[in-house]
Amino acid sequence: MTRFRGWYWLLLVAALFAIAAIAVARGAVSVPLSAVFEALRGRGDPTVIAIVRDLRLPRVMLGALVGAGLGASGAALQGSLRNPLAEPYLLGVSGGAAVGAVIVFALGFTADFAVTLAAFVGSVAAVLVALAVSRVGARGARADLRTLLVAGVIVGAFANAAIMVALASAEPNTIRGALFWMMGSAADANWPRVGWLAVSIVVAGGALIYWAREIDVLSLGEETAASLGVNAERSGRRVFLIAALLAAATVAAAGLVGFVGLVVPHIARRMGLRAHRPLVLAAALIGATLVVAADLAARTVAPPTELPLGAITALLGVPFFLAQLRRSA
Amino acid sequence: MITVSDLVVSYPSAPKNAVDGVSFVAASGKLTALAGPNGSGKSSIVRALLGRADVVRGSVSVTGNDVRTLSLTELARRVAVVPQREEAAFPTRVSEYVALGRYPHLGLWRAASKADDAVVSDALEQAGVTTLAARDTDALSGGEWQRVRIARALAQKAPALVLDEPTTFLDVAHEMAIFELLSSLARSGLAVLLVSHQLNLVARFADTIVLLNDGKIAISGTPRDVMKADRLESIYGWPVVITHDPAVGAPALVPLRRPLTL
Repeated sequence: MTRFRGWYWLLLVAALFAIAAIAVARGAVSVPLSAVFEALRGRGDPTVIAIVRDLRLPRVMLGALVGAGLGASGAALQGSLRNPLAEPYLLGVSGGAAVGAVIVFALGFTADFAVTLAAFVGSVAAVLVALAVSRVGARGARADLRTLLVAGVIVGAFANAAIMVALASAEPNTIRGALFWMMGSAADANWPRVGWLAVSIVVAGGALIYWAREIDVLSLGEETAASLGVNAERSGRRVFLIAALLAAATVAAAGLVGFVGLVVPHIARRMGLRAHRPLVLAAALIGATLVVAADLAARTVAPPTELPLGAITALLGVPFFLAQLRRSA
Repeated sequence: MITVSDLVVSYPSAPKNAVDGVSFVAASGKLTALAGPNGSGKSSIVRALLGRADVVRGSVSVTGNDVRTLSLTELARRVAVVPQREEAAFPTRVSEYVALGRYPHLGLWRAASKADDAVVSDALEQAGVTTLAARDTDALSGGEWQRVRIARALAQKAPALVLDEPTTFLDVAHEMAIFELLSSLARSGLAVLLVSHQLNLVARFADTIVLLNDGKIAISGTPRDVMKADRLESIYGWPVVITHDPAVGAPALVPLRRPLTL
């Protein structure tokens, strides 16, 4: 049994800052770390200042925010739905977002804000449909939270089928645009995007941390939750909605970055965290570090080609999961 | 004190009522046992208490108030329940798990105070699980896990404690230890309502037995009143004899093998 020590927090924060500093420094044009810090203060070569402040820093921050949002969302969903496989993408968020994005690509809109907005609207719509389906499936207020899980998976599967149907008759350019979007990328980072994503993550992530004790109670099952004064159904839906909105904001900002929401909470638990208040926070920090590292790899492994961010996170996630399975076997 | 009055509970697809006009009182300082065959309505009464069953008629009251008029939080402050089934999705540290019993008492930020921590240590001690505090819940034996669950309920500091089949899957020693613990909790002033199909054990420990059959009270009273061979034979549909526990003289039921027919 691992015990989480207080200094692990320092380690998590230090790891994030270290990888972020490297990510700002490395790329097509590598900048020494000392020059990075100078440029952050507005000193030195104007080209370096532009690279650091306008290109790399927003990209690194966007990656960190996407990872933080997905990590926190996954931790909250796994606890409240009592399922170690629960993650935002499994529950329809990604499918809905992709449907939204594919529709605007198919209509010929490729403008940044159009795709972002469509993805966000698509994922929120999918989540609302999942909530509605679970209510119908449960025939009444006393819905089992497992129904919600199943409803999310079904809506996600339907959305994936809808994407395939839409893409089957689409123009090659539409298919290409949609596929690239679905592979996830932090390349389109800019300060306004970082700004609204940061606000979404602080608000929704803060809400999850506020309700984290309730997630602890929910993770004991519905009857025990009721005996401790928590209406499991109402509270579970609330956590589901907040976590899904959080994930939807990340998807709108950077497309589909798979596996982070699934794997990161397990890493946090491996470090010895059990209660959800620290768990959600640690999952956010680990998720941020993982996505910044994955984005750094995406940019630097095979230059000048940029590898898809979503594929890198999955490539990192699968071996981790296999190792986890081996250890628990 | 828990008062069940003329309670009728039904489930949407069931042909008849799961609980059909049941009334009894689980008094403070007493161990009251709710016994009966499988499907006799025992767990439905616990669900009605938690507001998780459709009450068609009658009521369940805790310390004088109908549970339907209480908020879930207020109810959790008045009655602590150890449900029959509970499978934590992820292992938790025992101390953190028991601390969840304080949840209904926490303030807006849901942070535990020193007083809450003291209640948690008391609960761990009362249930005899202080030495397990640093363990993870998935590293406990069946008996330890049940005691830890009781500790969590004790941390609620409610005047009434309800347990639904707390000794299922436990061996004799662990079963006896749990019943001794519940008996001492009742003597300390709690109203303990125990749902169990272990008739012999409840006959030794309970002050009152409410024996249900088919959703109705078949018989209730002291163990001596309830443990009658003819009544039990007709309720369980099996031949039995009643003997007595040599240590405390409590009645004990022995189900008989049916004679071989050649």
